[in-house]
Amino acid sequence: MNVVAIGAGRRRAPTARGRFVRRNLTAYGFLCGALICFAFFSWYPMIREVFLSFQKNNFVSAPKWVGFDNFRAVFADSAFWPAWINTAEFTLLALVIGYVVPFASAVVLNELRHARAYLRFVVYLPVMLPPAVSVLLFKWFYDPGQGLFNQILAFFHLPALSWLDSGSTALVSLVIVSTWMNLGSGTLIYLAALQTIPGELYEAAELDGAGIVKRLRHVTIPQTKLILFVMLLLQIIATMQVFIEPFMLTGGGPENATVTVAYLMYQYAFNFGNFGGGGALGLMLMIVLMVFSVAYLRVAREDPR
Amino acid sequence: MQNAPRVRTLVSPHRLNSRRGRIVYWSVLVFMLVTFTLVFVFPLYWMVTGALKSPEELSQIPPTPFPTGGFNWDAYAEAWDLLDLGTLLKNTVLYAVGAWLFTMAVDVTAAYALSKLRPVFGGAILGGMLATLMIPPMVLLLPTYVTVLDLPILHVNLLNTPWAIWLPAAANGFNIFLLKRFFDSIPRELLEAAEMDGASPVRVLWSIVLPISRPILGVVSIFTVINVWRDFVWPLLVLPDTEKMTVSVAINSLSQTMPQNALTAALVIASLPTIIVFFLFQRHIMAGLTAGSLKG
Repeated sequence: MNVVAIGAGRRRAPTARGRFVRRNLTAYGFLCGALICFAFFSWYPMIREVFLSFQKNNFVSAPKWVGFDNFRAVFADSAFWPAWINTAEFTLLALVIGYVVPFASAVVLNELRHARAYLRFVVYLPVMLPPAVSVLLFKWFYDPGQGLFNQILAFFHLPALSWLDSGSTALVSLVIVSTWMNLGSGTLIYLAALQTIPGELYEAAELDGAGIVKRLRHVTIPQTKLILFVMLLLQIIATMQVFIEPFMLTGGGPENATVTVAYLMYQYAFNFGNFGGGGALGLMLMIVLMVFSVAYLRVAREDPR
Repeated sequence: MQNAPRVRTLVSPHRLNSRRGRIVYWSVLVFMLVTFTLVFVFPLYWMVTGALKSPEELSQIPPTPFPTGGFNWDAYAEAWDLLDLGTLLKNTVLYAVGAWLFTMAVDVTAAYALSKLRPVFGGAILGGMLATLMIPPMVLLLPTYVTVLDLPILHVNLLNTPWAIWLPAAANGFNIFLLKRFFDSIPRELLEAAEMDGASPVRVLWSIVLPISRPILGVVSIFTVINVWRDFVWPLLVLPDTEKMTVSVAINSLSQTMPQNALTAALVIASLPTIIVFFLFQRHIMAGLTAGSLKG
């Protein structure tokens, strides 16, 4: 058998190159659809983003290179720093609830022996809704007059809030919608991670006399450290791109209280017709987010799974 | 307790079986049930019942917990007419199905080529595709929009055409990653045996690889459809024509002019498809979610 096989291989040797060419041709035939899609809608836009931010372009006459002019113009905008501060504040506030609560819920869910399927289903339900639906639903809840939230406050004899209409509560109101929409995925991801922790670790810790808090600190958290860190980075990257909430709920107001970087970028392009300024903001946002992306990449590489 | 032996978790089973342990367990369970229902289900209940109230009842203070005047379906009819929801739903289905077909045709073949045919520069191409995952989508919003307005080389304007949804949907690095990882796990011998029998690569893909890959194809399909359905910013930009809009975009743009009960009914109609998909494919969706979290 062996002899025949080797002989066959040798006889085919001249066609090996032919087979290599054929394999490559087939492969590139299979790849061409994806290559075209990626080239037009992923790779080229990356280059185009840099072009946009360093050019003046009215899409009628030829674009002109203007160096850092777009950046200078954006820096001088009175909404520039509010946008960055709001974005940072939004991200931090979203972390306070959106990061701690899912993990805590997952730890508790993992202990429950009843209604698990129901709780898992329910927590993920808002994630499945179209975000526009969730945001418009909350817009109605935030209505100062007949809105659900003020009605609930009134029920408990608490003073009404002006939610989206006041500079002090508007940003928090946006964080609440955003957190409600996104809480579920974190919870389920942590739950899946918790289920991979070997039970022996808890048993061993218990034999050593560790109470629940100690087991949580010395077994649960170290065992899920990696996924906790990955999710932290992913959440920062996701929330720093916040757009739909200010776009649909406040339009950046009142008085720039909820303008975010992504929203300002949109305004530059589609309200002011200034794609250069929008491109410059986009590039700045990209550089900031790349720091987290690179960190994520390095952490994810260490992932033994 | 009642269930088959379970994996040991944080709380020890002995503790749970003690009298105090049981009391704590049941109070925590009730607390979780009440909180989760109030926080995640009650807003949806309020949405569904709100759309069944008459405008007068809806603006009543304090609100009625349940529609008193019987179910009032007028809001649904009104929303359907005001928004032309029939057209919008048809549009959105067209975008979602097309995006699904393109994703399947483009990403599956590409992942198969990269995984099993391993052409020259395959590694570089894969790297380039995965690198797109590192760029936050919002950042590329403007340049991609500008590209759609005037496609380089071809000089075609895709604005207000379904292509503006379909083609970018197929350029999805995460799908390539998921599919390639799955194809990598298919033993080579299986494919080589078929090749020895004279099967062409297309045939190997169609008759051997695809049937084995049903689970991952399911996950990719569901996520592609759901993502198109849920997307807001991209269709907002590339489909500005009222007749071409998706449900989400149209509801938002007309939300100011609609009475609240009709708007709420429209929200219910817009969320029904994703909720139904979630009911049907819950397991796939949750599997895909955790697969996504462990990428890298």
